[in-house]
Amino acid sequence: MPQVDEAGSSSESWSNIAVKVFKAHNIRLVTYVPDKVLAPLISQVSSDEFFTVICPAREDEAVGIVTGAYMGGLRGIVLMQTSGFATIPNALASLAVPCQIPLLMMISERGTLGDFQLGQAMVCRTMRPVLEALGIEHYGITHRRDAEFMMDNMIKQAYLTRAPAAMILSPLLTHAASVS
Amino acid sequence: MTPRHQRPDADDRGRAKMLNRADLTRRLAKKLVSGEAVVGGIGNTNFDLWAAGQRPQNFYMLGSMGLAVPIGLGVALAQPDRRVFALEGDGSLLMQLGVLGTVAAVQQKNLVIIVFDNGMFQITGSQRTLTSYASDLVAIARGAGLLQSFWAADESEFDKLIDRTLREEGPWFVAAKIDGKPAEGTTERNAAKIRDRFMEGIAPAARSA
Repeated sequence: MPQVDEAGSSSESWSNIAVKVFKAHNIRLVTYVPDKVLAPLISQVSSDEFFTVICPAREDEAVGIVTGAYMGGLRGIVLMQTSGFATIPNALASLAVPCQIPLLMMISERGTLGDFQLGQAMVCRTMRPVLEALGIEHYGITHRRDAEFMMDNMIKQAYLTRAPAAMILSPLLTHAASVS
Repeated sequence: MTPRHQRPDADDRGRAKMLNRADLTRRLAKKLVSGEAVVGGIGNTNFDLWAAGQRPQNFYMLGSMGLAVPIGLGVALAQPDRRVFALEGDGSLLMQLGVLGTVAAVQQKNLVIIVFDNGMFQITGSQRTLTSYASDLVAIARGAGLLQSFWAADESEFDKLIDRTLREEGPWFVAAKIDGKPAEGTTERNAAKIRDRFMEGIAPAARSA
């Protein structure tokens, strides 16, 4: 069990928690298009033989790869940043949702809480409305003390209900505001 | 093609015989006797795959144009002992050229990509695609790192190439120049049912026992 200090925050890093939860659910395939905030997680899974790690050219490719892998019996996840999510609504709406694929997404939330890049900020505002429109379960994970519970249960529910799920990594969790 | 549209060095596409998608798909299907998985791309590619016989190991992709190869790669990763064919049209592949680099990077040995190239978006009114000007998909695939990329010069060479893809390690990329004849069927439209049947069709024995 992770150590919990008096303020109730776990001392375990969010990326350690993610790796632990992936392994608990036998998620062996990690696909990603890189993001600075996700870098520690990408680094951890890349150096761990448990995982097969693929970095395709685009995020919708990753959606296709994880979908195919799921149908073949291999569990996977797509790691991306907010602007990457903005490239995949067609793949979600015409593949993952109608085919009832438990497509797991872990999205680092850029464009908010101090992000200086206008492009990221505008794109960020499209993410939750798209997830809402598609009826995709999504939560922003803001505190380490909740991270394991949220990741674990969102993944569990995705597989049990055969539905995509978006785990949004808030800067409150990743302390990514120092992007300047 | 105008004189300003120069094709790459060896114009194998230009020399390839005009083939027929439904005929080639039937030729392929006849050779699939070991439970090979087939992922059919959106539109006429899918329709002719359906018309060639509805194998439980076929996945008919109803939307997500361009994702047949990524889906095929995923299936191939999950089941390395099963040959996986991803069928695409030229318009679809042109939307997702990056995946050729991904497949080259992963070097997925059991994956075969087949592209039917008629130089048009046939299903939307036969508007021209980039391959009708100067783009050569085999040259692009080779440039992406897929060294085993070939144009099928005619029907018998298509047959021989498929035999090789079934026998020898991939990844493979086989392109055929095809005519503009309509597909010979249409798929059903129930995506969840298609997914379910495909998963049962390729379920490892241990899981289905």
